[in-house]
Amino acid sequence: MYFDTIIAGFGGQGVMLMGNLLAYAAMKAGRQVTYMPVYGVEMRGGTANCTVVISDKPVGSPIVQEPVSAVVLNNPSAEKFSPKVKKNGLLLVNSSLVDEKYVQARTKRILRIPSLELASEVGNPRLANMVMLGALVQVSGLVTVEQVVKCLPEALDPRYHKMIPVNSAALSRGAEFAKQS
Amino acid sequence: MAKRVLVKGNEAIAMGAIAAGCRFYFGYPITPQNDIPEYMSAHLPDAGGVFIQAESEIASINMLLGAAVTGARAMTSSSSPGISLKQEGISYLCGSEVPGVIVNMSRSGPGLGGIHPSQGDYFQSTRGGGHGDYRTLVLAPSTAQENYDLTMLAFDLADKYRNPVLILGDALLGNIKEPVELKPYRKTPPVKDWALTGTAGRPQRIVKSLFLADGELTVQNWKLFKKYQSMERDVRFENYLTDDAEMIVVAFGSVARILKTSVDKLRAKGRKIGLLRPITLFPFPKAAVLAAAQQCGHLMAVELNTGQMVEDVRLAADCQAKVDFYGRPPGSIPTPDELAHEVEKAWRQGGRK
Amino acid sequence: MSAQTSKKAPAKPAPAKAAQPKAAQPKLTQVFDRPKSLKDVPWHFCPGCHHGVIHRLVGEQLDAFGLREKTIGVASVGCSVFLYDYFDVDVVESPHGRAAAVATGVKRARPDNFVFTYQGDGDLAAIGTAEIVHAANRGEKILVVFVNNAVFGMTGGQMAPTTLAGQVTTTSPRGRDIETAGPPIRMAEMLTTLEGASFVARVAVDNIKNLKKAKAALKRAFEYQVNGWGFAFVEFLSSCPTNWKMTPEAANARVGKEMADYFPLATFKDRRAE
Repeated sequence: MYFDTIIAGFGGQGVMLMGNLLAYAAMKAGRQVTYMPVYGVEMRGGTANCTVVISDKPVGSPIVQEPVSAVVLNNPSAEKFSPKVKKNGLLLVNSSLVDEKYVQARTKRILRIPSLELASEVGNPRLANMVMLGALVQVSGLVTVEQVVKCLPEALDPRYHKMIPVNSAALSRGAEFAKQS
Repeated sequence: MAKRVLVKGNEAIAMGAIAAGCRFYFGYPITPQNDIPEYMSAHLPDAGGVFIQAESEIASINMLLGAAVTGARAMTSSSSPGISLKQEGISYLCGSEVPGVIVNMSRSGPGLGGIHPSQGDYFQSTRGGGHGDYRTLVLAPSTAQENYDLTMLAFDLADKYRNPVLILGDALLGNIKEPVELKPYRKTPPVKDWALTGTAGRPQRIVKSLFLADGELTVQNWKLFKKYQSMERDVRFENYLTDDAEMIVVAFGSVARILKTSVDKLRAKGRKIGLLRPITLFPFPKAAVLAAAQQCGHLMAVELNTGQMVEDVRLAADCQAKVDFYGRPPGSIPTPDELAHEVEKAWRQGGRK
Repeated sequence: MSAQTSKKAPAKPAPAKAAQPKAAQPKLTQVFDRPKSLKDVPWHFCPGCHHGVIHRLVGEQLDAFGLREKTIGVASVGCSVFLYDYFDVDVVESPHGRAAAVATGVKRARPDNFVFTYQGDGDLAAIGTAEIVHAANRGEKILVVFVNNAVFGMTGGQMAPTTLAGQVTTTSPRGRDIETAGPPIRMAEMLTTLEGASFVARVAVDNIKNLKKAKAALKRAFEYQVNGWGFAFVEFLSSCPTNWKMTPEAANARVGKEMADYFPLATFKDRRAE
């Protein structure tokens, strides 16, 4: 079993948290995993991305040139990473923000997710990242949404623990959307 | 099985240090290793230890000297320019035979350089780095788990040899997050019959590196030399798919782990490539490199610099193999495909028949 | 031992061997002896140098407070590097200027031990400025004995940060020019400005009166660490006849005049007394 993903967006969109959560859930599921963050010069407003590699074997390279999957949350990320996804790979696009002209991919497996709208449905548009992660988890079948939810207390700063229920709802909403698509 | 946690590579080092009984940490902020002092400042006091954010790198290494000379386990960490500043202290630690652990989560140079991963500090790490004819043990982890394990080992080796031990990582190894099994530390640190604790019930003890009497320094240097030689007993390396290899790549640290993926890719294409990963950079695994040279007559050093470790590989290979080199200066991390391409290119040209 | 010490002693200095044959010689009482914290060895210091006296004063206090077996000394680089040859206490040798940082590590690791550094002006006021300022400001519970003789002694008489204006040294052959070298640094006054420093004094040992004051200040400085009150700093003005190219007598006189004029003798801070 081998899976990798590049999650990319603006700093502040919650890209690192998505990667962290996925890594936690994979670890809890008994997998080998490596999470590697790449920050822009500015922590906020700049571009940020992280790579998560999940495998049954110890992870060699933590960096990936042609990812099995990518989650792109903004235009610059879509432009940069869409073409890199493998031919039969999986591309998840935040259609609330990403212009279709930036989605130039070799793969046909593209899922467009109106994450802001879905997150607003569960009560907080800032949780668009959780919607996207829910969708990724659902489509990839790596771990279950429940497994990710269980990792929220560890991955989230205690200050945000009161937001665990709404985060869980956003994850589920994303997964549900992916299932129906 | 011990508890498994998902932590940053830098944090794994701090955790390993505390687990191994390190109770004194002295440091100065510098990217990309700030998670280490941050972790230590948060956790060392709870473990009954002392964290000091020193006024300089120089003060940090000298505080380490002071704490370690009393027999305590002490650590400092920094990144390349900071490690340059610590060299004076490292030379004194070696000269006066005081153990200590120094972490270099290196960045790229020369000068202020940048914070990209780089292996440009190989020479500085393995050749002593400061003034005088001395060596530090150098451990080069390549995963977060090894960051934890080798930090624990570093304290044991430092005490065993009464010598500083350097851990050489880089921005990649400091910033990745991986599951780390928090193995408990089970060893009993040695009794230090040289430590300064006050003279109650015993004669005075002196820890110094000044030897002015006739012939005294010669004796001391030979003693140190023999000690560095004896460190060969603790040489460490990993052989990955080398048994039937037609060419063996030698690489350490973050590059070595990327190369593992490259080797897997090449193996999938039927190319018989293996990887020899030095874990101790000093002592360098000379015998293993020589054996690899004799086995297949074709080695290749791959580094994130323009050619440093390759010199050790060539020396160790003792002309028994063709030694190719691929290096790149800091700027971007090579991908497995890029490295596989370079390795395959070298493999095609063949080794020594 | 230097001329000043024997001047001070009322009786002829006893040879360091303490045990006298018991028979005969009645009514001889020993009035002067070597502190137990000092070893029975000859100094390497030049004639007229004040290091010997200052060593003795430190040794006396170590004895008086019963600290010999609890002490860890930090030697610096300069004429005082051989601290371990003279003091019968544990000693670590520090890199040049770093004694206050080394002492910080020692004291934090062994808070119950008595820790002191002994540093010259080249060591403390030049290359070790950062270390002393920050150790003082952190309020490290250590004693710093600072010996200011206005010159780099061991290296052969080069200009120090404390060299007086116009003073000729091997690197200020035309005399210290304060336009280019700046004026001499008053370390005691500078450290006094730091909130973290608790006891700061400047003393001299050029005559009996000053020597008694020096003894009292040093005793007070010892109390600071013994009682856990904080950082204590005692600056000793010292002669260096060899590098000043003076006779011991003239050098001794210079300490009391030129040096004390620029570096006033005083207790600048005694926080517990305030």
